Amino acid sequence: MIDLLLVSILASVLALVALALIALLAGPPAGGFVYGASAAASAAVAALATLYLAAGAGTPLALVLPLGLPWLGAHLALDALSAWFLVVVGTVGAAAAVYGVGYGRHTDEPARVLPFFPIFLAAMALVVVAADAFTFLLSWETMSVASWMLVLANHREPGTTRAALVYIVMASLGTAALLLCFGVLAGFDGSYAFADMRADRPEGWLAGLAIALALAGAGSKAGLVPLHAWLPLAHPAAPSHVSALMSGVMTKVAIYGLVRVLFDLVGEVGWGWGAAVMLLGGISALLGVLYALMQHDLKVLLAYHTVENIGIIVAGLGLALSFKAAGLLPLAALALTAALFHVLNHGLFKGLLFLGAGNVHVATHEREMDDLGGLVHRMPATAALFLVGSIAISALPPFNGFASEWLTFQAILNGDRLPMWPLKFLVPVVGGLLALSAALAAACFVKAFGVTFLGRGRSGAAMRAGEVGPAMVWPLAALAGLCLAFGVVPTAAVALLSPVAAALAGAPFPTATDGISAAEWLFLIPLDPGRSSYSGLVVLALVAGVSYAGVLAIHRLASNRLRRAPAWDCGFPDASPRTQYTSSSFAQPIRRIFGSFVFRAREHVEMPEPGDFRPARFEVEIKDLAWAWLYAPVERLIAFASLHLNQLQHMTIRRYLSWMFGALIVLLSVVALVG
Amino acid sequence: MLRGLEFDIAHLFSSSVLILSFGLLYQRRLFGVLQIYALQALAVACAAAWQAYAQAYPQLYVTAAIALVFKAIVIPVAFHHIVLRLHIHREIETVVGVNMTLLFGVALVALSILLVLPMTTTSGNLTRENLALALSVLLLGLLMMISRRNAVSQVIGFLSLENGLILAAIGVKGMPFVVEMSVAFSVLVAFIVFGMFFFRIRERFDTLDVHYLEAFRGERH
Repeated sequence: MIDLLLVSILASVLALVALALIALLAGPPAGGFVYGASAAASAAVAALATLYLAAGAGTPLALVLPLGLPWLGAHLALDALSAWFLVVVGTVGAAAAVYGVGYGRHTDEPARVLPFFPIFLAAMALVVVAADAFTFLLSWETMSVASWMLVLANHREPGTTRAALVYIVMASLGTAALLLCFGVLAGFDGSYAFADMRADRPEGWLAGLAIALALAGAGSKAGLVPLHAWLPLAHPAAPSHVSALMSGVMTKVAIYGLVRVLFDLVGEVGWGWGAAVMLLGGISALLGVLYALMQHDLKVLLAYHTVENIGIIVAGLGLALSFKAAGLLPLAALALTAALFHVLNHGLFKGLLFLGAGNVHVATHEREMDDLGGLVHRMPATAALFLVGSIAISALPPFNGFASEWLTFQAILNGDRLPMWPLKFLVPVVGGLLALSAALAAACFVKAFGVTFLGRGRSGAAMRAGEVGPAMVWPLAALAGLCLAFGVVPTAAVALLSPVAAALAGAPFPTATDGISAAEWLFLIPLDPGRSSYSGLVVLALVAGVSYAGVLAIHRLASNRLRRAPAWDCGFPDASPRTQYTSSSFAQPIRRIFGSFVFRAREHVEMPEPGDFRPARFEVEIKDLAWAWLYAPVERLIAFASLHLNQLQHMTIRRYLSWMFGALIVLLSVVALVG
Repeated sequence: MLRGLEFDIAHLFSSSVLILSFGLLYQRRLFGVLQIYALQALAVACAAAWQAYAQAYPQLYVTAAIALVFKAIVIPVAFHHIVLRLHIHREIETVVGVNMTLLFGVALVALSILLVLPMTTTSGNLTRENLALALSVLLLGLLMMISRRNAVSQVIGFLSLENGLILAAIGVKGMPFVVEMSVAFSVLVAFIVFGMFFFRIRERFDTLDVHYLEAFRGERH
């Protein structure tokens, strides 16, 4: 019966592949059917995986299909970790697919999107259930190439082709690193099945090499600083439902790869690596949110927030690795649960926000926030749902973002139990980075929501916008509902995650419910009830009660006399909407504080002479340091190398023979010395 | 009566092949190169014949005969003819750094011995020494190919490399005869092709110094 579960999941994946073929043959008229059926298949995957987790995720299910490499076959397996990521892939995938039913009609060239969308979903599901390196990498590459094609769907927009080029280069590099990582894990004569890798784990510097390669490979896909620079280019360039998948789900699949290698295949990871991973996460979180604050394109802003949230997740993973290395297994389970819970949460609210940005784009054909404004009056449903997503990503109760970040901070606050002195100092530093980035994220979403939806429209398009159809509102509502549900009852997610924590951290989630009866589902109590506890439901009740009381009090006590007065009348009666706060002016204080170093921000003010009628100009120039410090030198190196290696193409026969002779001599010498 | 000496005599022949390889590296006159090559082929033929006797493996006599007829007689005579027809018999090649090349050749022999002897501890002495010498001859042939600029000398380097292959093949017990046959045949084909090329090159460029060919490609080098 249990095997049936894995087979059903595979059948759903196969159905997605079949849908891609249908889309290819039938073309755009079949759009509604393809998206609808993709949604059904994704929902089925999510439901089956949830079923497996809810049943306690007993023994892992394994299946070997006679496909792929002849001596290896295609190993597929479903364990607790895979099931959890299948839930994420399926849930957000289903919402994005339903959204596609409505949004697909608004895309310029639907035939460029339709066949690759189901393939993309199928590949992400397959990566998660793959149980050998070959199947894993094949699915991973399919995922990259499918998403690359989807990024190229809007190829007529300026900048898209460059974004796609940068993306495919980074994706290839990442895959190469993962390929080498699996090579190290398999060893010289090992097999590429994950089960064999587990049986024969690398030790010493080989394990370190595998970890570093996994960090480079999966980290570049997930968007870890400094390998993130492709992400804010590629994610926004795709159609919005694809952006939601890329940011909400594909980065999570990368996190899956990281967790699979770090917690499962390598096994023993030293605390030094835990510290490094944690620090990388903290830096990614802070830089991601700082860059996000500087953006004035709504989708680019959301993409940079993905970098931030990946940083939070990775910091949690690093913390879990450190706790595990120190033997503090319950704390490791806590940190791991927090990170994996945030994986789901980020998928939910980032999907919601990208779909909301898609609605704004459909209604106004505008992504530039400084040309939007006042949309709350014309798109009330989208505005309300976008607000839910903004609150959730800003980690405010009672939504899900708060629950997982709260759990992460519970783990950080217990960092002083670590016996290693460097970690005792590092953990609070990372905690500070995460706290700072959480506060900045809230500021950033005040800006994103305020500039886009509040105030008055800054352009004709924003003034004329109207609400989008219900097919493009309901998926957002579903995601918002899930954000609220997991925020109110976080214990449900934690319960689903307990088999994962037990398998990978070596201990179950440390729930302390002694003393408080029947509190298991209501209160989230890690470690000690005297120390910390959280109940989303109670907070929700409190917030609702206080708000209701506040509204009641205002209506009862305040004067209800109607007054009409001109708005924006600070000495300038017919103010243009351009006098409103823009996104850049909102971010200016932060740009002043961090700008000169982190962004290389330069402000140019051009004041005309008195009597000159030219307008004064104010320009801000911002750079992503990763470009200047990492990508530009690498690019120069490659250009240099290719220029000089080019001469190898034009050698004489005698020179070629000499090189071959030299190579032969070197190899023979190696054999003579080693053998 | 020679049973006690089989190792020494096999060694003698193989070593003469190697010594003659060094001679090839040193010799600058084309006729001299051809004569040394003929001598080397003769030594290979003797080595094959001796192995046929020592291993009591009569098929190797055929190998010896092929080496003697084709490589010691037909090919050198044909080359002699070609060189005369091309009027390059008086040319002295300008080979730079002969001493360095010879020293490098000695290093290659040392490398071969270091490589082969530890790897073949389970084989008999005959095979071991023979393989080491054969590998050295092979590498020296390659070295000659890259250190010379005249096309004839380069081809002779290639042919001497092939002598090394034969030397290795006859020293190993039970090597299928068809291998030696095919190697001999391929050398013959190579010889014909090379011979034709010499005339074509000469026709076009008035020289057999491949240096001029390189310049003619119109590219930097």
